[in-house]
Amino acid sequence: MSSVDNTFIYSAKNLDYDYPGGIAALKEICFDIGAGELVALVGANGSGKSTLLKLLDGLLFPTSGELLAFGMKLSEKILETGSRAVDFRRRVGLVFQDPDVQLFSPTVWEEVTFGPLQLGICREEVISRANEALELLNIVNLRERPPYLLSGGEKKKVSLASVLSLRPQVLLLDEPTTGLDPWSQGNLIDFLLQWADKDKVLVFSTQDLDVVEEVATRIIVMGAGHGIVADGKPEEFLSDSDFLLRNNLVHEHSHRHKDLVHRHPHLHERSHEH
Amino acid sequence: MTGGGFLARNIAGFTQALESVLVTENLSRIPGFMQGLDPRVKVITLLLFIIFVGLAQDFPILIAILILSLVLVLLSKIPMALYFKRLFIFIPIFTAVIAIPALFITPGTPLLSVAGKAVITLQGARTAGLLILRVTDSLSLGLLLIITTPWTKFLVALRWLRLPSLIVDILGMTYRYIFLLLHTANSMFMARQSRTIGGFTGAENRRWLGRALATTMVKSQYLSEEVYLAMLSRGYQGEIRTLSELNIRGRDFVWMAFTLSALSLILWSIYR
Repeated sequence: MSSVDNTFIYSAKNLDYDYPGGIAALKEICFDIGAGELVALVGANGSGKSTLLKLLDGLLFPTSGELLAFGMKLSEKILETGSRAVDFRRRVGLVFQDPDVQLFSPTVWEEVTFGPLQLGICREEVISRANEALELLNIVNLRERPPYLLSGGEKKKVSLASVLSLRPQVLLLDEPTTGLDPWSQGNLIDFLLQWADKDKVLVFSTQDLDVVEEVATRIIVMGAGHGIVADGKPEEFLSDSDFLLRNNLVHEHSHRHKDLVHRHPHLHERSHEH
Repeated sequence: MTGGGFLARNIAGFTQALESVLVTENLSRIPGFMQGLDPRVKVITLLLFIIFVGLAQDFPILIAILILSLVLVLLSKIPMALYFKRLFIFIPIFTAVIAIPALFITPGTPLLSVAGKAVITLQGARTAGLLILRVTDSLSLGLLLIITTPWTKFLVALRWLRLPSLIVDILGMTYRYIFLLLHTANSMFMARQSRTIGGFTGAENRRWLGRALATTMVKSQYLSEEVYLAMLSRGYQGEIRTLSELNIRGRDFVWMAFTLSALSLILWSIYR
């Protein structure tokens, strides 16, 4: 563990990550993330968003460069076992993109209690946290259900509950709204905005620029070259159609307006009344 | 063999397997006698009954245990038709290979002559009868345990019985992910069917099946790697810790007392 600046929750310095076989997934990634930030990771498919989230969760480790979390350099050795590993796992939770990956326990209840139990939290506290997570997401009725009997939306909610029962300070979400119907998406956005506070950090990857606009206070745009091409406030980039088009975040295609079929870039603008 | 028939049969098979599991899951949660017992008590007592079935040498004892298991099926509100269907699927598989030769090779008093050459002896018929009854009793008790116990509670009971944690965890995960892979396989069959006109030869079907199996295996390997990461992410350190939420109540003590009395009676009748 190296002694470093403790101001930021995460600090990435010239981070590279290559898949086995030397295929680059991330190149020269640099950023600092502080408490209270709600960060959206956006970028085209294959730009490295999911890989970056796994690095932030200490599941993968940089090929070169360094990644610091809570002032600690993340490495396989440190996160293998011991009190620092337990402390890190208690503070950081990742919700995987595919809920079937995340839901490996026989029932929803066992899924939600899994994390706190592995991290040595006492029985009464585990039960209290698990109940709280189920109530927060309004899924108490699913408690005894096996995961294979859940719908896609229910699986997403249980995945999130299974991480919330850790009461993490940092919540990492990989494409949280993918596969959710509009009602469930709205619920999730409401929940995330309620969950956030000045001590917590949210980092989520998404393709949905509406969600970025509604939730994020910061946007990190990953390019096709697996590096960061923009980092700043969402409003700086979301109205720049050329930038969005250049980075495959919006698309120009034919579509219909009543009887007229024509082409132009689709922006994320969605009219609504207050 | 036509392509449609081959695919349709496989899709129907997958769907039937899933439906069958769902029916069993539902039956294990209805308010019946065996469903209300603690799973640990159920596993131990029914296992003891099965051991005693193996020791019993008399028809009356085996018939009494069979009747007892059927009474328990009734008290547990399990549809008899479903129960007998599952019971009689397995009996021929487990018994025919051993029971049929025993009819002829056991020396003793001739009972019946088959085709004027092979002779069924009285002792052979008794041996085969005992074997069939033992298998029927054991399967009946085993089915009772499986149908009336939710899989998750069954795993907790196995853990409590000190079965190595690794084995219980692997059993649990296999059961969990077999459904996902069944769904994947089913989708592959459906995707092929949607693009199929006319038939395929047996060789073509076998080739396609081989490729489908390989694809499913690659997918399952990727899935296992991701699941492992998801476990690590939430603090897995080599052994899964679980909450034990079982409790033994009055009804369990009554059932245990009945079991012990019944087994003592059987023991007495064997060694009197």
